[in-house]
Amino acid sequence: MEYSEKVMDHFMNPRNVGEIPDPDGTGEFGNPVCGDVTHVYIKVKDDRITDIKFKTFGCGAAIATGSMITELAVGKTLDEALAITRDDVADALGGLPPVKLHCSNLAADALYAAIRDYQAKNKDS
Amino acid sequence: MTRIYLDHAATTAVDREVVQAMAPYFTEMFGNASSLHTFGRDAKDALARAREEIADALGADAEEIIFTSGGTESDNLALRGVLLGRKGHIITSSIEHPAILKTCRYLEGLGCDVTYLPVDTDGLVDPGDVESAITGETRLVSVMHANNEIGTIQPVSEIGAIAADHGIPFHTDAVQSFGKTEIDVQKMNIDMLSLSSHKIYGPKGVGALYIRKGLKIDPIVYGGGHERGIRAGTENVSGIVGFAKAVSLACERFESDTAHLVKLRDMLIDGVFDSIDDVFLNGHPTERLPNNANMRFMFVEGEAMLLHLDMKGIAVSTGSACSSASLDPSHVLLALGIPPEDVHGSIRFTLGRENTDEEIRYVLDVLPAIVEKLRAISPLTGR
Repeated sequence: MEYSEKVMDHFMNPRNVGEIPDPDGTGEFGNPVCGDVTHVYIKVKDDRITDIKFKTFGCGAAIATGSMITELAVGKTLDEALAITRDDVADALGGLPPVKLHCSNLAADALYAAIRDYQAKNKDS
Repeated sequence: MTRIYLDHAATTAVDREVVQAMAPYFTEMFGNASSLHTFGRDAKDALARAREEIADALGADAEEIIFTSGGTESDNLALRGVLLGRKGHIITSSIEHPAILKTCRYLEGLGCDVTYLPVDTDGLVDPGDVESAITGETRLVSVMHANNEIGTIQPVSEIGAIAADHGIPFHTDAVQSFGKTEIDVQKMNIDMLSLSSHKIYGPKGVGALYIRKGLKIDPIVYGGGHERGIRAGTENVSGIVGFAKAVSLACERFESDTAHLVKLRDMLIDGVFDSIDDVFLNGHPTERLPNNANMRFMFVEGEAMLLHLDMKGIAVSTGSACSSASLDPSHVLLALGIPPEDVHGSIRFTLGRENTDEEIRYVLDVLPAIVEKLRAISPLTGR
């Protein structure tokens, strides 16, 4: 599997790994049966993502995309974060091998799920 | 940079003695074995010696050895050579190499019936299942000798005896077992047997099919009538000479190689079990190849482990979908009843003649931290 230097960097040294103890939103995407699942945890203040962490069970690409989404999303408003696409994540990593674009590029979807979780919990406010 | 090769089931380095044996057949004795002049006769003599050498290692006669381009072609020839153009029933196992399984699918498309026998949780075929699967239409039983992923060694003698009782030819793919376990086609009731050179420190692109005298099979490659008309095409003389040299080295070193591999394998397995929790051995605890250690590490994915090991200079393979071109998890591990999410965490270490105690100690030094790091990232850990 040919991974870019950026992918290998984020795979070997993933940023913002872990869980947020008292998250405002959590999301997960993927399925362990298929070999990849990513969880994303966010803190939100004034409609902006102030903290974000992730956990991934999966291959090198799945771990690297989890790491990258945390860097792309932190400090963004929820609308800005929802506009981050799978392609944006892949591009920020200097590209992903074609077979990985579909199956292991899960982090954006996990982020959307976390944002929707936050929004569902804060419908009335 | 440390470089430790633990993927000998994929391929092996060619032994230097093999390279030496091959060299003259590229430049001086380059003749076509079908030619009548001295150049041709030299090549023909070399082929005859190689055929004799390989036959001896199997308890077969030289004329029962057909040279091919490798294990995949040998498997294709065995199955298609018996079944092509006929309707009939094949009995095989669900954990065969794709060279068998895909050929079976192809033959099914042409109207053959195939029974894919299940295996138990250690990867063993029950010979009783072979017996019960036999019908009046059964034309071939094909069960591999040792599995390429988990190293489980099948009871081929018993399966061969059952097939023989019913007058049905028995084929076995011995690509992984040859050179690592004793093989005698007479004692083991084997009618056809596939071999490959590059798994035993020989060159790539050459293999053989043993075909018991009297068993008629059709060619799948037509041409100039080489190899008794069963496999046309100018013989790969240098490759075949190298293959035969590799076989003779494997026979010479059989006992010392086996003892060495078993020692390293058990050191690796025991070391992993001592230092890492939630690890399981894939395959049979004792009926397994001396060089195979396939283990699954819960909560982590194999490709991620493989990449970390590669960064440390250690080459292994995995049953995870994420590393395969098809993106399917290992059909072998699934057939053992292992849940798919656990299949993804399987790593295959296959050892070789040149590996050392020191290399295994290095693997045992670096592996626990890799698993720990990936488990710390994994949302499945502790579930």
